Amino acid sequence: MAEEYEITLVEAVNVALARALELDPNVVVLGEDVGFNGGVFRATDGLQRRFGEQRVMDTPLAETLIAGMAIGMATQGLRPVSEIQFMGFIYPIVDQIISHASRMRNRTRGRLTCPLVIRAPFGGGIHAPEHHSESTEALFAHMPGIRVVIPSSPLRAYGLLLAAIQDPDPVIFLEPKRIYRMVKQKVLDDGQPLPLDVCYQLRDGSDVTLVTWGAMTHETLQAAEQLSEQGISAAVIDVATIKPLDMPTILDSVAKTGRCVIIHEAVRTCGVGAEIAAQLAEHGLMSLFAPIQRVTGYDTVMPMFRLEKHYMPSIARIITAVKKTMEAS
Amino acid sequence: MTDTDNQSSSEENTVCVARFEIHYRQILDHNAVLTSALPTFAQDAGSLITLYRMMVKTRIFDSKAIALQRTGKMGTYASSLGQEAVAVGIGQAMSAEDVLVPTYREYGAQLQRGVSMTDLLLYWGGDERGMSYAQQPQDLPISVPIATHLPHAAGVATAFKLRNEPRVAVAVLGDGGSSKGDFYEALNLAGVWQLPMVIVINNNQWAISVPRKNQSLAQTLAQKAIAGGVQGEQVDGNDVIAMRHCMSEAIERARNGGGPSVIEALTYRMSDHTTADDASRYRATEEVQQQQKYDPIKRLHDYLMQTGNWNEKKDQALHAECAVDVEKAVQAYFDTPPAPPESMFDYLYETLPDAYQAQRAELIQQGVSNKGASNQGTGNKGVSNDG
Ligand SMILES: Cc1ncc(C[n+]2csc(CCOP(=O)(O)OP(=O)(O)O)c2C)c(N)n1
Ligand SMILES: [Mg+2]
Repeated sequence: MAEEYEITLVEAVNVALARALELDPNVVVLGEDVGFNGGVFRATDGLQRRFGEQRVMDTPLAETLIAGMAIGMATQGLRPVSEIQFMGFIYPIVDQIISHASRMRNRTRGRLTCPLVIRAPFGGGIHAPEHHSESTEALFAHMPGIRVVIPSSPLRAYGLLLAAIQDPDPVIFLEPKRIYRMVKQKVLDDGQPLPLDVCYQLRDGSDVTLVTWGAMTHETLQAAEQLSEQGISAAVIDVATIKPLDMPTILDSVAKTGRCVIIHEAVRTCGVGAEIAAQLAEHGLMSLFAPIQRVTGYDTVMPMFRLEKHYMPSIARIITAVKKTMEAS
Repeated sequence: MTDTDNQSSSEENTVCVARFEIHYRQILDHNAVLTSALPTFAQDAGSLITLYRMMVKTRIFDSKAIALQRTGKMGTYASSLGQEAVAVGIGQAMSAEDVLVPTYREYGAQLQRGVSMTDLLLYWGGDERGMSYAQQPQDLPISVPIATHLPHAAGVATAFKLRNEPRVAVAVLGDGGSSKGDFYEALNLAGVWQLPMVIVINNNQWAISVPRKNQSLAQTLAQKAIAGGVQGEQVDGNDVIAMRHCMSEAIERARNGGGPSVIEALTYRMSDHTTADDASRYRATEEVQQQQKYDPIKRLHDYLMQTGNWNEKKDQALHAECAVDVEKAVQAYFDTPPAPPESMFDYLYETLPDAYQAQRAELIQQGVSNKGASNQGTGNKGVSNDG
């Protein structure tokens, strides 16, 4: 019988990994410090003890290897789940993903495939050292042939990670570390994946649609709450899979509300918000009462932590943007 | 293969095309006994005292930095406890005009090269101004993405070579870092182009939780140099005399056209990986206790005492003096208000493009209602964020 646990997002990642390792002997976990130490955030805690060194592997310090090896493993029928310790150290693997993982299926006309998952914690707001706080999901969203998935709650972390591991194509699974331990939720460990490629509507509303993902869902929900006290009804959509995008859900909501504010921590230019706004312009312009607003990180290097709160989109900035859309119409 | 004749004959015809040896250097062992002759510089007690002072200063700074983190007054910090001799030896051997390309455990070298303790505190306190190094115009800042700075050192050394300048680039990385491609790429080029460059592998036996033996099956990390046609040697990295001596030799060789070297400094990470780490999860306390006896500071202290060049009074005075210096640096750190938020735009380009002026203005506008963050209370909210 499936157990139910009251757990945090990072614990949900751990439970999902354990479930995946148990369900499928082809699943392996690899990365720096993931084995004996259980990961620097404890996401893989206890897995090596339980499943052995053959399935939960500490690698040398070598990111290109961690991703490249996963590609080789995946072509041979394994289901590797690689951890990049922080998104700040993911950039060497861009080559492996864009040159190989994303196109192996295409190059071999389906003969070889890459059912692999790359997990990495990302995002700011925890006073981390330099290079530990950026949100660069758009780099991966720009690559054809892969999925980019970002959970925003323990339940979605569990279900979406299982789905990512079962998915037949490469998935970049980005974990918003600011909310790793922010809330607990009851999660039934039944091995059931949640659907990928769909948005999750977190709150219904009739005046404005707030579109976001990852840690920013928390500020966005709070903004929606404050707005409702001021008589503004805001729908909140957690995009969850930022590539491929589920535009129908967003378009449906905007068709109802006529207003849209997109919120993300990443820098503004060429962020995923730009793609959503472009598609809204292409397919939903006629339902808009007001110009689309974006509340994002600035187009700067992510500041070190003394200034990071000025960089991060705040509830106040979200509310200001919503008010703008209300005034414009 | 089907032709067995061919196989056996090829075995007979095998010729050895290369062979290697790796030398290990030590001058003062952990019992403060000389195991080799003192190099010339070390015959002057004054220069040994300088090494000693720098190690003590580095350690006092280090313990204060940890205390600041623990009390929520600074962010995550990477300690150099027990590894002071490596950085201090490097710093002493370099000339002012050389360039240091460091990672995050080289405080002992950085402090000698004009980086201030306040700079370091600001850096770990989450402030970019901690990399502005007012007194150090050319060294590169701390590189956190492991081994990514090794190619920079190759570039710095190439610049020196192209301009015929008698200068040397010194890059430092960890045992873990030596598993990264960036290290091999830089090393390989340094060999082919005979660059004026020294690579120091600070082998402290651990890369967070991964022990040295799980990084490489090679008996030594120094021997990785051999594959690039570069000289490699090991040194007792807790013997500051040997460390300084090896570094001086390698640096002067590089300066005089003798090409690059790899120095593997054998030391031990006495601390947790960073203040966000708990090493007791993955390494035995007995192992750490075992290592106490190799302490680099105690060893030189005892030697200086034995040779009549040091005494308790001087030692106490030195500790007191360092504590005062550290306190001053901490005060200067506390007294540095955060930079204005819009400063995040001001060093992106030489001139901020018009495209971003509106965002900068928006940020200033927001600052009016959003008062600046302070240095206090910058703890990391109990989540691990090593690295
Ligand atoms: C490219 C990269 N990957 C991962 C990390 C996270 N991380 C920080 S330090 C470290 C271990 C480094 O070990 P080593 O090179 O031996 O240096 P040490 O910390 O022991 O001085 C890791 C994995 C990083 N900073 N950079
Ligand atoms: Mg190390």
